[in-house]
Amino acid sequence: MPARESGVYEPWNSDRASALIAGHSARDGALLPILHALQEVFGCVPEPAVPMVAQALNLSRAEVHGVVTFYHDFRREPPGRHVLKLCRAEACQAAGCDALAARAEARLGVPVGKTTPDGRVTVEAVYCLGLCATAPSAMLDGRVVGRLDAPRLDALLAEAQR
Amino acid sequence: MTVRFYVPGDAGAVAVGADDVAAALAAAAQEGGQTVDIVRTGSRGLYWFEPMIEMATPQGRVAYGPVAAGEAASVLADALSGGGVHPRWLGRVDEIPWLKRQTRLTFARCGVVDPRSLADYQAHGGYEGLQRALSFGPAATIEEVVQSGLRGRGGAGFPTGIKWRTVAQTQAPQKYIVCNADEGDSGTFADRMIMEGDPFVLIEGMTIAGFAVGATKGYVYIRSEYPHAVAAMERALVAARRGGMLGPRIAGSNHAFDIEVRVGAGAYVCGEETSLLESIEGKRGVVRAKPPLPAHKGLFGRPTVINNVLSFASVPVILERGGAFYRDFGMGRSRGTMPIQLAGNIRHGGLFETAFGITLGELVDDIGGGTASGRPVRAVQVGGPLGAYFPRALFDTPFDYEAFAARDGLIGHGGIVVFDDSVDMAKQARFAMEFCKIESCGKCTPCRIGSTRGVEVIDRIIRDERRAENLAVLEDLCHTMKLGSLCALGGFTPYPVMSALTHFPEDFGTAPRRLEAAE
Repeated sequence: MPARESGVYEPWNSDRASALIAGHSARDGALLPILHALQEVFGCVPEPAVPMVAQALNLSRAEVHGVVTFYHDFRREPPGRHVLKLCRAEACQAAGCDALAARAEARLGVPVGKTTPDGRVTVEAVYCLGLCATAPSAMLDGRVVGRLDAPRLDALLAEAQR
Repeated sequence: MTVRFYVPGDAGAVAVGADDVAAALAAAAQEGGQTVDIVRTGSRGLYWFEPMIEMATPQGRVAYGPVAAGEAASVLADALSGGGVHPRWLGRVDEIPWLKRQTRLTFARCGVVDPRSLADYQAHGGYEGLQRALSFGPAATIEEVVQSGLRGRGGAGFPTGIKWRTVAQTQAPQKYIVCNADEGDSGTFADRMIMEGDPFVLIEGMTIAGFAVGATKGYVYIRSEYPHAVAAMERALVAARRGGMLGPRIAGSNHAFDIEVRVGAGAYVCGEETSLLESIEGKRGVVRAKPPLPAHKGLFGRPTVINNVLSFASVPVILERGGAFYRDFGMGRSRGTMPIQLAGNIRHGGLFETAFGITLGELVDDIGGGTASGRPVRAVQVGGPLGAYFPRALFDTPFDYEAFAARDGLIGHGGIVVFDDSVDMAKQARFAMEFCKIESCGKCTPCRIGSTRGVEVIDRIIRDERRAENLAVLEDLCHTMKLGSLCALGGFTPYPVMSALTHFPEDFGTAPRRLEAAE
């Protein structure tokens, strides 16, 4: 849940990672909580964390790698300073999200799924935010926005690019 | 004198400015020297009126909506002087026709109570179901649920009581209650609303399940796209523990039960029950073959009750008022009420809980008020990304598990997404395959490979490359996916694809565009 800007993500630190892993490793099914905790702090699941997690949970590196890459949420690199998620699922399609996504791509100069070259904005597709009666919807750094139209989208983009 | 206002903290209301309205209302009150108590409730589910704010009066609550932050001061002034003059005035909440027409059993408290307050929940009848269950004993509790006719609200429609009975009869040192709150279907938001607006009803339902089958540990698996729901559930769990409703002696009894929240990580397939169990165990969300059923070998290999949020949330009222009371609503084998979600391009979108049996046409045209764009309704998708697209010609279909199945559709989790006449149904069919391609867990070849091939074949049909042959390939592919996939992702993706092709052939270039469709 990237509810904060990446400006506050911490640089890689193996002691910090060890502490995060130890904080959850006694739980049943600890892997997802650990990966969430790492991403919360570092903005992604850093590669050096993978063998540490594997060791702590008595798993192979391949198993941990498999889980990290299976789930859409887990990143290999930290995102841009702001993350803009645009809902692309059916309810938002019915309310015109495709045109809004195209507008966002044109304004930012990068396709959905990428980060702007200046590192300010990562724009991503999300398949349903559950705000389907106030569609189209988006989420900027954890803040939900409904009834999106071109002016509201432009305001969001301007905010994200600041 | 302090005046109490209610402003939704529901994510759908917040997305259209409810936080700003609450702040503006507080500021306006302070400026006017009026002390107010602003309670952040869930949403009533009338989303076109959001942000909708309410004020307590001796005659009941009155409402205004949709209120912009800039209107908070004038709404406050109007409300304090008796109301009725402001253009946003909606009158008494109980008299709003859209609410009055509903039968709110599962959603009785949503939008009414303070979701942070255990005391408020109890003051509105909360935990009476658990008290009755504790006095009945486990076997009679399960019997009430069986008698109610409640079927799994996640979409599969399996009788909840039968599932519980199976787990109760299976011997094991540890059993689990798992709540599937991975509400990934587009057009559905009822689980989110309950968790944000009345989280204790879910906790109570799971606690009753734990008592009934002899489980002491529960998990709520919530999707990461729902941060507000995660926060609301975490808060409610703390309050329930503090109030003695979770822990070693629930409600003062000798039974232990506790619940833990687990957050998903953006995989749609984890809404499938066996893949959800894998995910809680810390693995890739790959589906399991059944048998063994989760009721025999579920989470960590132990007997597990896994139900949807709405199934658990319906249990307290069933215990409180009796299985027969609940069963008296509905039609055929679909008993009780269904929280139906109206979404997409719709004028009056929101949560409409009613007894099974209402027709699709009533829901879309009458209750939903047609499209938000004002153009004619051309298609509706019922039951999420794996549900069929229905044309107007099928609007007489009653909302009922079997009636939808008889027309090659499904009600799923009760979401209805409305499209106007600008929709391109070939594009929607293509999206269904594309979504399956993105979200397939990869276990079954027809789903993993078939969805990729499906996108390619539909592209060829759209480009008019050997159209007749490719249509035959598409039908064959859908048939293979339907029969050759373990779970509903691969198995049901053919529903939106084939229904689009069957009901809207003109969009695939195989028939002239019909007058009916243009209307």
